[in-house]
Parts: sequence; structure tokens; C-alpha cells
Amino acid sequence: MATLKELSNIEERFTGGHRLCAGCGIPPIMRLVLRVAGPHVVATTATGCLEVGTTIYPYTSWRIPWIHSAFENAAATMSGIESAYNVLKRKGRVPQDRDIKFLAIGGDGGTYDIGFQALSGVLERGHNMVYICYDNGAYMNTGIQRSGATPFGSATTTSPAGSVHPGKQQRRKDLTRIVAAHRVPYAAQASPHNWRDLEKKARKAFQIKGACFLNVISPCPLGWYTKPEDSIEDAKLAVETCYWPLYEIEDGLLKVNYKPKEKRPIEEWLKKQGRFKHLFREENRHIIEELQKEVDRDWETLLSLDGKRLF
Amino acid sequence: MATVTGTKKVVGLTGNSAIAYAMKQVDPDVCAAYPITPSTAIMEEFSGYYADGQVSTELIAVESEHSAMSACIGAAAAGARVMTATSSQGLALMWEMLYVASGLRLPIVMAVVNRALSSPINIHCDHSDSMGARDSGWIQLYSENVQEAYDNLFQAVRIAEDRRVLTPVMVCMDGFITSHAIENLTIMDDAEIKEFIGEHESAYSLLDTENPITVGAMTLPDAYMDIKHQQSKAMAASKDVVVEVAGEFEQRFGRSYGLMEAYMLEDAEVCVVVLSSAAGTTKVAVDELRSQGKKVGLLKPRLYRPFPHEEIMEALRGCKAICVLDRADSMNGFGGPLFTDIRAALYDTPQRPVVINRIFGLGGRDYTVEDAMEVYHELLRIKETGKVETLSAYLGED
Ligand SMILES: Cc1ncc(C[n+]2csc(CCOP(=O)(O)OP(=O)(O)O)c2C)c(N)n1
Repeated sequence: MATLKELSNIEERFTGGHRLCAGCGIPPIMRLVLRVAGPHVVATTATGCLEVGTTIYPYTSWRIPWIHSAFENAAATMSGIESAYNVLKRKGRVPQDRDIKFLAIGGDGGTYDIGFQALSGVLERGHNMVYICYDNGAYMNTGIQRSGATPFGSATTTSPAGSVHPGKQQRRKDLTRIVAAHRVPYAAQASPHNWRDLEKKARKAFQIKGACFLNVISPCPLGWYTKPEDSIEDAKLAVETCYWPLYEIEDGLLKVNYKPKEKRPIEEWLKKQGRFKHLFREENRHIIEELQKEVDRDWETLLSLDGKRLF
Repeated sequence: MATVTGTKKVVGLTGNSAIAYAMKQVDPDVCAAYPITPSTAIMEEFSGYYADGQVSTELIAVESEHSAMSACIGAAAAGARVMTATSSQGLALMWEMLYVASGLRLPIVMAVVNRALSSPINIHCDHSDSMGARDSGWIQLYSENVQEAYDNLFQAVRIAEDRRVLTPVMVCMDGFITSHAIENLTIMDDAEIKEFIGEHESAYSLLDTENPITVGAMTLPDAYMDIKHQQSKAMAASKDVVVEVAGEFEQRFGRSYGLMEAYMLEDAEVCVVVLSSAAGTTKVAVDELRSQGKKVGLLKPRLYRPFPHEEIMEALRGCKAICVLDRADSMNGFGGPLFTDIRAALYDTPQRPVVINRIFGLGGRDYTVEDAMEVYHELLRIKETGKVETLSAYLGED
């Protein structure tokens, strides 16, 4: 494991000057992951904040080869690049001693929803690549619409806090487990506040052969209605409340990487975010209780699986 | 005169087998495809070559056509020579990515086995699939028979990869009529093909980690239009490359191709314009009518995108009445896609011939020599009387 000093000595592959918002969770994730990836890495990004914010022509934040082709196909696009690498290396058109890493990145919309099929295809075919989902819990680039990752009760522009329907009425998908069910060699959840854990997981994902997956929570001050300076703290609180547990499934074996000494009530995380403001009205309080129950149940299930084989 | 250096070997193959064999001879770096009737056999047979180690290709059996084209895009941007095949709904599902492939100027070659689009669902031939993609920035070559489809595939590789073009190419052939019919064709040696297509050397590659490039950046009004303008110019200029490549092909292999085939057109007074296999049927009617002393002819465009409007105008110069047969309807209340293009091209001719439109053969409806005769008789009547009763109609229906 690298120290912070060692990490900071590695060249920056994701430059500043991009147009992502202040307090956005994506840049710290990308900067760390690309440091870990090494100098020979190719990336693709699904349509979304990261793509739009980093490449307005003729500028680019990417000091590595990078491509955007569409919203729902980051995984499929990268599978083509990885396949090209395999054949061109065999044919001697890529230096034999060069070990190139492949990274596909999507937001939760591009991963849980519209890009889900392409992702599933890549996981099943077992391309040697890493897929990272930055999960900010909605389609943020297009103005905060609900996604399959949006938390129950959350207000978005397509699940507004109405008097009849107070925010999103459905539970979120458990994508990390769905990905693991493809029997991939490595799937994990991480958070940018715990850089050691994220660094370790990214390192593993790049080292392990096959399709590896990281689901990383990514605070969004714009969509969460939070203070930009609180983003890392907000990510931490998601983990401390066990809303976003840090765990990994390596070769079928599930391991919970962090167990808070004292599990904080979900309310603490909710109350800092404007997207949950309506839940604190008397008539909606029951939603908070339901959310708490769900978090408790999920956390218990996860603990019961700690150290167990899923496949 | 062309000198034929190629080794001639005649074999009987279906259109699909011929394309699969051509792909084996090209031995592309990457193929990503998804099955759909009537093009399925192409990838099945190619998978056989792959399974037996007869190609060096990385084969990606993707989970959809959208992913097929996405993987092709990734692979092509990584500098690989890339091919795929599809039909109908598969092409429709790729639609979004067709524009990305052409906009990124990636020289992907795709065999399109023409099939009707749903709904109603129908597996048989018409051109509604590729016609729907006619403005997607892909070059489109249409093939009359198995030989043409086979020959077009190699030429497509050269055209797409030409630095002046760098644009993806569709090689279209008629579903079942051509894809499943066994025809005799002359095939070339692998070595001859290798020599003709050469090595693919892309100017940029995502695998060149020492010279990183950003591909597909978000582009705003200050630059988007200029990039599209470059693409448009390359598309227009590709016409000359198509002719050039056809010329070299003829030099090497003896078979002659151009932007179109003009059949008995020189002194023709009336003419049918039609794509692909229906041209073969129409030629029989032309021969019959010619034997009766009627001055009838046929124009079969081979290159449909870019649209060789000047050459078409020139070819149809002497005709007084023309019928454009469309195997697809534009559903615009006016006429089929080929019709509107041909009619527009003729606007600048001083004599302004009559141009009518007949939609035919949708969803695999048979098109017979009698149908063609009926069309020619109507054209001859129009030529005599100068009167057009119906501008656009479905052939054989009121
Ligand atoms: C096929 C298609 N549908 C819709 C869109 C519009 N669109 C662009 S980005 C986006 C949302 C992206 O959301 P997410 O993946 O969560 O990433 P984020 O915006 O949060 O970075 C949408 C809906 C599109 N570009 N393509």
C-alpha cells in the first residue's frame, strides 16, 4: 500500500482546470485511481458530468488516451479497445513489454440503468478491464433526474417531493451484488473519503485479471443540496451510517472492510442534504424510519455474509 | 485494356458464405457482432474460421448490436481493422452508434444484409434498414449479386481506410435473394487479397500510451460545425476514391465497377433506376424489350452514399421518362428515398425528364420480370403521351 506522500509523488494524469463543480466527488476519485493505474492506461467515460466536464474541445483533462462514444456503452466500447490490444500485441504492433490497463467509467445512470446491459455483457465475457461507477445517486449532468441508484425518499427533478408522492418511491438496486452475481473476480464498494481503502481496491482491480468492478460513492453538492466543502465528510457519513458499506467480493469471498464502532443513525446523513429535506416534515417522517429499517436490514445481511463465499 | 493477373477460381457460394469467406481473407483484427436473420450465417461461418484458427481476429460475441458497434468503435479507435455484419432491427439498434462511428471518422466495414424493418415483423428483403441509415455518414455500396457483394467487401476496406476518406462503409446485399442463394462466383487467393487491401495503419491509436489522445470530446458551437464540415467534405471526396479503388480492382482482378452500372442506357428513351438484386430481374425485361426494338435502359447505382448526383444526371441525360424503383418507402407522402434523390439530381438538366416512383418488393414481396415489363410499358406510354397518371405508387397496387 502506498503512503499519501508516495501517491502525491506520482504524476497527475487527470489535470485541474476542468469544469466539474466545486466539491464534486468525481475528481478526487479519478486522480487517485489514475495514479494507481500506472502510466499505461486507456480510459473511456460514459456521457455524464465527468465526460462533459473534462473535455470541452479543444481542451482535455486526460493525460492518458481517452475516448467517449456514448452514454450506455462505456463497457462495450472498452471491450473493443481491450480486444484490439490483445490482437495487436500478438501481432507485434504494441510493444511486447507494455502492459496496458483498461478503465471504463460511468455514472450511476450510465451504469445501473442505461448502460447496465453493456456492463453485464462485458462482465459475462470477462474482458480484462476495470469498470468504475461513480455513484452520485441521480442523473446529475442533465439536472438531477432519478436513477436506479437514487435513494428511497430522495427528491429529484423526476421524483420531486410532492404532496402525494414525496420523493422517489422505490428502493435502489444493489448493483455491487448484482455485478458480483456475474461471478467476476473482483467487485467492491468504496468511498473517496477513505483513500487508503479506495487505493487498495483500485490496485487490486487493476492487478486481478478479468472484469473487475468498483462502485464508488460520489457526493454531488448540486444534486444533494450540500455544501461543497462538506463533500468528503458527507461521503464519510454515508459509510458511518452504513448506507454505503465498504466491502469487497474477491473470487467469491465477501469481506466487509470497515465496520463502524458505532453505527450512526441515517437521519444524520439525511439532514445534511437538501434532497431529503421534505422527509423531516411530520407527514413524511415514516419514510426516514423505513429507510433506517432498510439500512439496518441490509447491514445485518452484509455482516452475516462477512467472510463467506457467495460463489 | 485491363490485365488480369488474379488467379481465377470459380466456386458456388451463398451471399452470406461469400461475405464470411471474404472476411476470412481480410482477416480483420477485431469483429464484434450479434446474430440476426438473414445475416446470421456470416458471423456463424466466420466464428467457424475463428474456432479453427484460420483467422487472427479477436471475435467479440457481444450481447447486442448496440454493443457490437460500440466495440467496433473502441477497437477502431485503438487502431484495429474492424468488421461486423447485421440486418434490419440490428442496424436499427445500432443507429445511435452509426453516427458516432462516422463522426469519429473510424474506417469500420459492415456487411448489411437488407431486411425489412418491423412493424409488422418480417424477415425478408427490403431496403428500409439501410435506407434509414442513409444519412448516418456511412458510405453505402449496394450489391446486385454474390460476386458483387464479395468484391465490394474488399473495396470497402480500401475506401474506408483511405486517408482522404476515413469513413465507415456499409456493403449492402439483398436478404435471402442474395444472402441465401448459391451463385457461382470467382474468388481470389488470400495472397492477392492481402496485396490489394494492404496493412491497416491508423494515424492515431488509443493504445499509444506515450502519445495520449482524447477522442470524442464534448464540442460546442465554436467547433462542432467545422468538424462536421470536414466530414461532409471527406464524404463528398470519397466518390473519387471509390472510382480509383474500382479501377485498381479491375486492373488486378478484371471485374469492372464504378459508381453505377448503366445497362443499355446510351440511346435509351425510358429508363428504370433500381438498386441491388432487382437490377438483375430488370435486365431480363430490358433484353426482351430491346429485342422488340424498344429503346429502354436501366441504371443501377452502386454507390448510393455519397450520392453521385452529377454522374447520375449525366447518365440519364438522354432519357425522357424514368421510373425509380424503391425497395423502401420514406413514409413522407411523396416517394421513396432513391426517387427523391434522383428527381433532385435531375432538376438541373435542361430537358427535365418525367420521373415517377414505384415502391416494390417490401418485406420480400416478389419482383418479377412481368413487374418490370409493366413499368417499362407505362414509361413508354408516358413518353408517347407526355401524361403522368400517378407520380408515386406501390407497384401492382392501386
Ligand atoms: C441515449 C441517451 N439518452 C439520454 C442521454 C442524456 N443524458 C446525458 S448524460 C445523462 C445522465 C447521466 O447520468 P449519470 O450516468 O448518473 O452521470 P452523471 O450525470 O451523474 O455524471 C443523460 C440522461 C444521452 N446522452 N444519451
